Amino acid sequence: MTGAFLEVRDLHVDFPTDDGTVHAVAGASFSVSPGSTMAIVGESGSGKSVTAQAIMGLLNPRAAQVSGHVFLNGTDLLECEPDDVRRMRGSVMSMIFQDPLSSLHPFYRIGDQLVEAVRVHQNVSKSQARDMAIDGLRRVGIPAPERRVDDYPHQLSGGMRQRVMIAMALINGPDLLIADEPTTALDVTVQAQIIDLMMELQEQTGTTMVVITHDLGVVAEMAKDVCVMYGGRIVEHGSTDDIYYRTSMPYTQGLLSSVPRLDEVRSERLDPIPGNPPSLIRLPSGCVFHPRCRERSRVEDDLCRTLEPELLEVSPGHTARCHLVDGTGGAP
Amino acid sequence: MGAYVLRRVLIMLLLLLLLSFAVFVLFSLLPADVARLTCGKICTDQTIELNRIRLGLDKSVFEQYWLFLSAIFVGRTYGVGEGAVVCEAPCLGWSFTKSEPVLELILDRLPTTIFLALGAFVLFLIGGVLLGIYSALRRGGWQDKAITGVALVGYSLPSFFFGLVVIYFVIIRWQILPFPRYEHPWDDPVQFVQTMILPWLVLAILYAAFYTRLTRSQMLETLGDDYIRTARAKGLPERTVIGKHALRAGLTPIVTAAGLDLAGLLGGAIILEAIFSLPGLGSLAISSVTNPDQSILVGVTLITATFVIIANLVVDILYAYIDPRVRAS
Amino acid sequence: MTDIVRVTDLRVHFPVKSRGVFPRTIGQVKAVDGVSLHIGAGETLGLVGESGCGKSTTGRAILRLLPITSGRVEIEGTDITDLSRRQMRPRRREAQMIFQDPYNALNPRQTVGSIIAAPFRIQKVDPPGGVRAAVRDLMDRVGLNPEHVNRYPNEFSGGQRQRIGIARAIALQPRLIVCDEPVSALDVSIQAQILNLLSTLQEEFQLSYLFIAHDLAVVRHIAQRVAVMYLGSIVEVASREDIYSHPLHPYTYALMSAIPVPDPHLQAERQRIVLRGDPPSPVDPPTGCTFHTRCHIAQERCRTEIPVLRDMGGGHEVACHFPLTDLSATAT
Ligand SMILES: Nc1ncnc2c1ncn2[C@@H]1O[C@H](COP(=O)(O)OP(=O)(O)OP(=O)(O)O)[C@@H](O)[C@H]1O
Ligand SMILES: Nc1ncnc2c1ncn2[C@@H]1O[C@H](COP(=O)(O)OP(=O)(O)OP(=O)(O)O)[C@@H](O)[C@H]1O
Ligand code: SF4
Ligand SMILES: [Mg+2]
Ligand SMILES: [Mg+2]
Repeated sequence: MTGAFLEVRDLHVDFPTDDGTVHAVAGASFSVSPGSTMAIVGESGSGKSVTAQAIMGLLNPRAAQVSGHVFLNGTDLLECEPDDVRRMRGSVMSMIFQDPLSSLHPFYRIGDQLVEAVRVHQNVSKSQARDMAIDGLRRVGIPAPERRVDDYPHQLSGGMRQRVMIAMALINGPDLLIADEPTTALDVTVQAQIIDLMMELQEQTGTTMVVITHDLGVVAEMAKDVCVMYGGRIVEHGSTDDIYYRTSMPYTQGLLSSVPRLDEVRSERLDPIPGNPPSLIRLPSGCVFHPRCRERSRVEDDLCRTLEPELLEVSPGHTARCHLVDGTGGAP
Repeated sequence: MGAYVLRRVLIMLLLLLLLSFAVFVLFSLLPADVARLTCGKICTDQTIELNRIRLGLDKSVFEQYWLFLSAIFVGRTYGVGEGAVVCEAPCLGWSFTKSEPVLELILDRLPTTIFLALGAFVLFLIGGVLLGIYSALRRGGWQDKAITGVALVGYSLPSFFFGLVVIYFVIIRWQILPFPRYEHPWDDPVQFVQTMILPWLVLAILYAAFYTRLTRSQMLETLGDDYIRTARAKGLPERTVIGKHALRAGLTPIVTAAGLDLAGLLGGAIILEAIFSLPGLGSLAISSVTNPDQSILVGVTLITATFVIIANLVVDILYAYIDPRVRAS
Repeated sequence: MTDIVRVTDLRVHFPVKSRGVFPRTIGQVKAVDGVSLHIGAGETLGLVGESGCGKSTTGRAILRLLPITSGRVEIEGTDITDLSRRQMRPRRREAQMIFQDPYNALNPRQTVGSIIAAPFRIQKVDPPGGVRAAVRDLMDRVGLNPEHVNRYPNEFSGGQRQRIGIARAIALQPRLIVCDEPVSALDVSIQAQILNLLSTLQEEFQLSYLFIAHDLAVVRHIAQRVAVMYLGSIVEVASREDIYSHPLHPYTYALMSAIPVPDPHLQAERQRIVLRGDPPSPVDPPTGCTFHTRCHIAQERCRTEIPVLRDMGGGHEVACHFPLTDLSATAT
C-alpha cells in the first residue's frame, strides 16, 4: 500500500516455551498513514504489546521468533541489522509504556534520563542536551521544568511521570510514536489530561501514532482507525465509525455490548461474551472466536469450527475476519 | 544527607557501646576461672586470690566493664607496687600470657589480615560480578550452565579442604611456589606476594562463587524490569543498558553482601590463616583459645564486631548514594 | 427500607512516623475524614473516586478490618464500633469482602475447595448436607465447574479466580458484601460476566453491596445510589440517574466529563472540564473545601469554610458551597 508510513504485513511472533509454542501474533497486517492515529484494541493477551514490541525491535531474539514485514517509511525493519534498528529507536520511532513509575529508572534523575536519550542520537554537549530536556519537559506541561529536571521519578505524581515519558519519547522528534496503554495506570481525570496532551502534541508535530488500549472510550476519543485483535489475530480493521457504527465481527460486537456506559443505563444486565479468551498455545480450530461466538449458528456447515475465515472486505477500508462477511457489505 | 550520616554515626557509637558490654558480660559468664588460668605453673589459693584482685575480678561485672571502658581512654594499672603492670591508654586489656597490651598484639597482626582481606575482596568482587553478568546475558546457554555449575561447587567447598588441596598440589607436588612464610610487603615484597597469592586466590574463588550467583540472579531480575525496556526503547546500546541501567539497579544486595563479607574477613580468616601460617587476627584468636587468654579473645571479638558495625554504616551510606528513595526518608 | 449499614462521621487516620532510632508521630494520613453513609437491604451503594481518596479504607473500616479513629459503624442496627475481637467474631458472618486482585487474595497452596470452605471452618458452621455439598453448590452458583474443586488457584483465569473469591464471600450468606474494585483487574468481557453474577446473587440472597470502584460507568451500571469521594470525604451522593443527569458537585461533573464514552460522534461533541493538577496529599489536605485547589468555580469562601454534606432534595446530597444548579454555568 502506498502512502502508508507504517505498514505491517503478515507479522508472526512465536514464543517457544516448555508448554508449547505461544503463537502471540499470527499474521497481523495493517497500515497507518502519515500523521494519523491508529488504535489497537483487544483484551489481555490478544497480542497487542507483542505487536508493538515487534515493530520496535524490542523482542528478545533468544525468546521470540519474529517473521513477516514491518515497513517504516519503506524500509523493512525486520530485514535491517539489529544495530541499525537500535539507532532508529528513540529517534525515528519511540514508545511509551503503561506504568510510568516502573518505566523510569528509579535511581537516575529524570533530567539525566532525558539527556541520555538525546545524546545517544544527537551529537550535542551535555549542557545543550540539558536545555533540550528542560524544553521537552516544558512542552509536556510540567511546571517549573528548570527545577523538576533534577527530580527523581519517585518525587513526581503518576501523571507527571507519564508526561516525562512522553517528553522522553518525543525529545528527538520521532515520526512514529507507539503508546502502549499510556493511560491505563492513571486516574480518569489525569487520563483526560494526558490524552489532551498527546493529541495536542500530535497536532503540532504531525507524528504518526499507534495507541494500544483496551478502553473503547479512549479509542473513540483518540483514533481515526482501529484494529481489533483477538487471539493474536486482527479480527476487524476499519475507521472508528466503521468499528463503532457498522460493526461486522461478532467479537467486536461483544466487546461493545460488554462495557457499561456512562451515558446510558442500558438495562439491569450487561450482555457479555460467554467463556474465556483462548489459550495461545492450543488455539481453537477454524475461527479462533468460534467457541464464544453466538452468531456461528448463522453460518452453514459448521464452517466456523473447521475453516479459519480470511480478513474479508466489508466496505473499502473496512475488513473483518468472519464467515458472515460475504464481501457485499452486509453486516451480521 | 549530612544529617543522615551523622545520625547513622551516632547510632553506630551507641551500638558499639552496647555490643562491647554484651561481649564483656558474655565472657564473664564463661565457667573458666581467669584468675586460675593466668596464675602460671605454681599456683596456691593465695596467688589465685591475689590475681583475682589484680585483674579486678573480685568486682561486679558493671565495675569491671567500667574499668575496661575507662582504660581505653585513660589507661590502666593492674595490681599495685612491685608487680604492677601499666597498660597505657588506649588500653584494650593486658595479656598476661604474652605480657603485652592486647591492643599492641592486635595492631601487630592487623596488617596481615588487612592485606589478605583486601586482596581477596578486590579479586572476588570483580571476578564474581563480571562472571555473574556474563552468565545472566548468556542465560540458558552452555556458558551460563558451566559458570553456574562451577559456582555451585565453589560455593559448597569447605575452605580448609580446598586450601589444603591447593597447598598440596601447588607447593608440595608441583613446587610452583615456595612454602609460605609471611613478610610485610615493605620488608620483602616478592616474598609477600609469593605467600599471599595462594590464600588470595583460594579466598577469592570461594567467595566469588557466591557473588557470581548473586549477581546473576540480580541481573536476571532487573533485566526483566520495565525501565530496562525503556532504556532499550530509547535506543541505548546493549552495553549501556546492562552496564549502567541494569547493574545499578541490581547493585544494592551485592553491596550489602560485599560490605559484610569484607568486615568478616577483616576479623580474620581463621582457617586460611592457620593453613597458610599467616600471622593475622585469626591465628591470634586461635592461639588465645589453645593457650587460654581471655583478654585477647575479648579484644579480637570487639575489633571484629567494630568492623561489622562500621561495614553496616558504610553499606547504609552507599545505599543512600545508590538509591535516591532511601535518601528521601 | 431498613438500613443494613449506617456509618456516621467515620474517621480513619494513619500516623505518619519519622524514621530513626526513636520514631515519632509527625503527622496523620487522613485517609477517611468524616464519612457518613447508609445502605439499605438489597441495595447497592457505589463508592467512586480517584486513587488514594480513601475508598478501600472506608470499606475495610466498615468491616472493622482497620482501627477506627472516630465515628460510628452500625450493622443491622448494632453498633460495632467498639466491639472487641471476640465480640466481632460472630458478626463477621454478616459482612464479607471481595478484593480487587484475584491473584493475591487467594492462598496459592490451598485447593479451591478448601478456600471456599474456609468460612465454614472458621465460623464453625455446619451447612445442611455437609461442607462438601455446600462447596459444590457454591461453585455451581458462581459459575465454576464443581469438578474442579481440587484444583489450585493458579490453574484458573483471572475471572474464574474472582468467582472463587465471590463464592467464599457468599458462603455464610452474609447481609453485606464490600466489593473493593472487584472488576478493575479484569477484561471487559469478563468484567461484564462478573457484574452480572453479582446482580444475580444480589437478587437471590437479598444482598447489600458497598461497591467500590474508580470507574464511574461500572458503578452507574450496578449501583442504585452513587457516592463520590474526594480526599477522604464524600462530596456527593445521589441516585444513579440524578448523579448523571444533574451532578451538583463540580468534582463529580469533572470526573464524569473526563470519562470517554465508547461512541466517537458523541465523544466528539462532549464538553469536558479537564481538572488541573493532581489530588493533594491526605497528610496535609487543603483548608476549607478540600477540592478548592482544583475546582474551576472556587471562590474565596471555599478556601476558608468547610462545606458540609446537605440534602438538596430527594436524597441528593452535596458538599459544596456553590452546587451546580445550572449546568450551563459550568461550561465557561
Ligand atoms: N517472552 C514471552 N514468552 C512467552 N510468552 C510471551 C512472552 N511475551 C508475551 N507472551 C505471550 O504473548 C501473548 C500476548 O501478549 P501481549 O503482551 O501482547 O498481550 P496484550 O494484548 O498486550 O495484553 P495486555 O492487555 O495484558 O497487555 C500473551 O499470552 C503472553 O503470555
Ligand atoms: N496502612 C496504612 N498506613 C498508612 N497510610 C495508609 C494505609 N492504608 C492506606 N493509607 C493511605 O490512605 C489513603 C487512602 O488509601 P485507600 O487505599 O483507602 O485509597 P483508595 O481510594 O482505595 O485508592 P485506590 O483506588 O488506589 O485503591 C492513601 O493516601 C494511602 O496512602
Ligand atoms: S467466523 Fe463464525 S465463529 Fe467466527 S466470529 Fe464469525 S460467526 Fe462467529
Ligand atoms: Mg500489553
Ligand atoms: Mg483501594
